[in-house]
Amino acid sequence: MITPAAIITAASSGALVILGLALLLTVWRVIAGPTLPDRILALDMLTGIAIGFIAVIAIKTGFSLYIDIAISLGLVGFLATVAFARFVLSRGSIKSPPSAAAAKGKAKKRRTGRKRQ
Amino acid sequence: MMDYVVAAVTALLLIAGALFALSAAIGLVRLPDLYTRMHSASKAGTVGSGLLLFAAGLYSEDPMILARALAGFIFFLLTAPVSAHLLARAAHRSGYDLGDISVRDDMAKR
Repeated sequence: MITPAAIITAASSGALVILGLALLLTVWRVIAGPTLPDRILALDMLTGIAIGFIAVIAIKTGFSLYIDIAISLGLVGFLATVAFARFVLSRGSIKSPPSAAAAKGKAKKRRTGRKRQ
Repeated sequence: MMDYVVAAVTALLLIAGALFALSAAIGLVRLPDLYTRMHSASKAGTVGSGLLLFAAGLYSEDPMILARALAGFIFFLLTAPVSAHLLARAAHRSGYDLGDISVRDDMAKR
């Protein structure tokens, strides 16, 4: 007869493995992401995965205080993403660098290659 | 008997939340440009971490802890669209283009 604790142990181990896989994929996007907003988005996603890890650890160990840690980590992650978005906004347009392309006005041609990050 | 029901529901929520997080990560790797990646990460990722938190609150069988976990879930549901919208707006205003397979850009003239 399977006890409830055995069900929880098996499910939380499986969830930890799946979350580890998701963490690896997201870290790959942080490293490889071609632009800065890609990396910011992947860091936001990384915060979400860390919250999931903390919740699974809370179930595995039985310490319910981990939930408070997860909530505060969510608050910090939200503030970090908002601050990064303000940073991207305040850095200005990447299409018209102040020296070169200012003479051409706002050219409508689409640059496919993203040179500056 | 009640223990088995709680354990089964918790196990189901754990696996479902982890799979949501994994699908969000796969979308983050596979989708072509920033805005479609944002669509994947901010929806599926939020639901994934929220389901895991809800599982942790449910397994404790304590109304206080369940209320805190639900408050965290609702907080994530409220803040994820805000941060994703801010990031998408900032990226679009500073000139990051849509991917090549995108059909139209309604904000191109603003």
